[in-house]
Amino acid sequence: MPYIINPKGMNKCLGCLTCVTVCAAVNQESHSVAKSAIRIRTTGGMTGSIVAVVCRGCQAPACKEACPAGALLPRPGGGVTLDADLCYGCRKCVPACSVGAVNFDRETQKPIICCHCGICTTFCTHGCIMMTEVREESGHGG
Amino acid sequence: MVGEKFIRVLHIDLTAGDIRTEEREDLMPYLGGAGVAAKLLQENFHPGLAPTSPKQPIVFAIGAGTFIFPVLTKVVATFLSPLTGEYGESHAAGRLGMAMLMAGYDAIVITGRSRKPCYLAITDRDVNIREANSIWGLLSEETGRIIRDRENAGGRASGRRSIIRIGPAGENGVAFASVNVDTYRHFGRLGLGAAMGSKHLKGMSVFGERPLPIANPRQYFKVYREIYHKCVFSAGMRKYHDLGTPVNVKSLNKLGAIPTLNLKAGRFEHADDISGEAFAEKNLVRKMACAGCPVGCIHIGMYRHEFDKGQEYEAINVTYDYELIFALGSFLGIRSTDEILAIIQDVEEFGVDAMSVGVCLGWATEALERGIITREQTLTDLRFGHAAGYIKALGYLTRGTNEFYRDLGRGSRFVAEKYGGEDYAMQLGGNEMTGYHTGYAATVGQAVGARHSHLCNAGYSLDQGMKSFDEDKVVDDLFREECDRCMATSLVMCLFARRIYDDQTMLDALGAVGWDLTPEDLVTIGKRIYQTKLQIKRALGFDPRQVRIPKRFFETPTIHGVLDEGTTYRMIGKFADKADALLEEDLS
Repeated sequence: MPYIINPKGMNKCLGCLTCVTVCAAVNQESHSVAKSAIRIRTTGGMTGSIVAVVCRGCQAPACKEACPAGALLPRPGGGVTLDADLCYGCRKCVPACSVGAVNFDRETQKPIICCHCGICTTFCTHGCIMMTEVREESGHGG
Repeated sequence: MVGEKFIRVLHIDLTAGDIRTEEREDLMPYLGGAGVAAKLLQENFHPGLAPTSPKQPIVFAIGAGTFIFPVLTKVVATFLSPLTGEYGESHAAGRLGMAMLMAGYDAIVITGRSRKPCYLAITDRDVNIREANSIWGLLSEETGRIIRDRENAGGRASGRRSIIRIGPAGENGVAFASVNVDTYRHFGRLGLGAAMGSKHLKGMSVFGERPLPIANPRQYFKVYREIYHKCVFSAGMRKYHDLGTPVNVKSLNKLGAIPTLNLKAGRFEHADDISGEAFAEKNLVRKMACAGCPVGCIHIGMYRHEFDKGQEYEAINVTYDYELIFALGSFLGIRSTDEILAIIQDVEEFGVDAMSVGVCLGWATEALERGIITREQTLTDLRFGHAAGYIKALGYLTRGTNEFYRDLGRGSRFVAEKYGGEDYAMQLGGNEMTGYHTGYAATVGQAVGARHSHLCNAGYSLDQGMKSFDEDKVVDDLFREECDRCMATSLVMCLFARRIYDDQTMLDALGAVGWDLTPEDLVTIGKRIYQTKLQIKRALGFDPRQVRIPKRFFETPTIHGVLDEGTTYRMIGKFADKADALLEEDLS
């Protein structure tokens, strides 16, 4: 069964940004928080609640529907994978995602797409984000 | 710059409005952080002018590993201290280190004085000096919110930016005014807030999206993973997360080393009521971390504030730590967690250093008791254990309501020289004491330390770990620790993680991002940085042999008994001899 990232324990988040660091390091070979597919922010200043902005693994992804190049392909379990050769950087996938989880890479001019590798969950000290097993036919909508 | 062979410095002249960047290969021997910040201060300061002269610089520097490795979170600020008149250095984290790294600046040097109030908006794309007339005079939190709303980069900056700002105390020149960093962290000590205020600089927003490629991903991530696991699974780090630094309230009280009632005592009868355990039970609502720290030592406490009669309440969240509990709790005889949090709230909003203001109010309370100063001067009853008076006094001090409060705002050394009571104005080297009356190492260490902080050389820790007292060994250990910490704070390490980053770990981390260094290099870099600080201090007229320690340090017992005055001054002299010798060394 495939897995997707599930940020269901964000009430426990410290805001350490380790998940952001390891995502960018492992998937993009970069120290940059701008290269991470997961983003941690607050609902308004440091006194606000901490939230994770990350791909929710939609079964019918709006980002895929918005892509005119056919560069976003369905991923088993939910979400999409990026065919970088087909992508020409139109950015239509960015506003299409209702949770704002498609990050656009200024350097490569391509979207940064979460591959649900789970490295962020491995380094989450507080169990804020975890991997959830999904049955493809019962996954949530998009 | 990570992966490069230069230090990238942003220079901002607020008088002329000039902005330029330099790529400095010659700063590489100073590594980053404290080393680069001290060197840039040395290059730009003016020994003959006041610390608040427009020409004096303020420097911020990230380290060689800031945000790249766990718990290397901090930014070092250097400046001329409006409090001591000599070397100023203060460290803070929050998200500032990450933001400077992402914006592409290893260091920021600010000189000049803006004609009108301003704040700086720094990104990887541009640097702007923005007008701040409308926010000048506002409290810290509201200032942060307004800058946050204005500098949001179309929403991209959320969670990735840092906002630092001063409160009214910094604007009004209180010599120990602090700088608030991202709401819950601070450049607290030695008056960076007053230095910023003197430049009409209300705050600074930093944000960037630089790509920062990793040169050797496999090696980097191997080292990252090892350090991460040491941080997360170390019992030594765990305590900072659980109860946090307030765990020290009970233990130091038991040892008789928690400064109480202006250090009339080392034990506080109500210590259990203001302990880490008491805060956790009554007030703790949240824990947080600085960017890049998986430990999360920031403890947020909530108290209910009745702002009007008729069941009119608000919930206020403030951060608490051991140092604040000592300075605004035991030192002033405050015996409830709610009252301490209420005092902290005003300290935060007005923007003053919690330790300095607590110690100054301790002196004022005793001076009033003894009739050295009058109720007409204090404008309110300052009595140990009475929070309401201290809260009123904080307002008078911040606004500089009368001559007495303007004097008190220059620090305990100044006010005691003018009004008397020097024997119980609890400062060392002009900086107010910290929460550890542990013994010779703490007292000597703060008196001689480069920034007169307990964190310069950790004398408080040495005292607590010492089995038997050997004066020469203590001096040697303090001196070596001062040098070692210069190295550690060039990375820039949160000093809670000092034991995580042993020499080999530092070499592994630096090696993974392109530094080819040996254990001997680490020693030399530490000495080189400390030598630079000593050169600055000497140029500013600091002579450790001239330090005069208030009598009370020799009256209230420490965990090693009552300190002998002669022994203490002899140790300071021996430390000064070692500093003189270091100044003569060729470390180029």
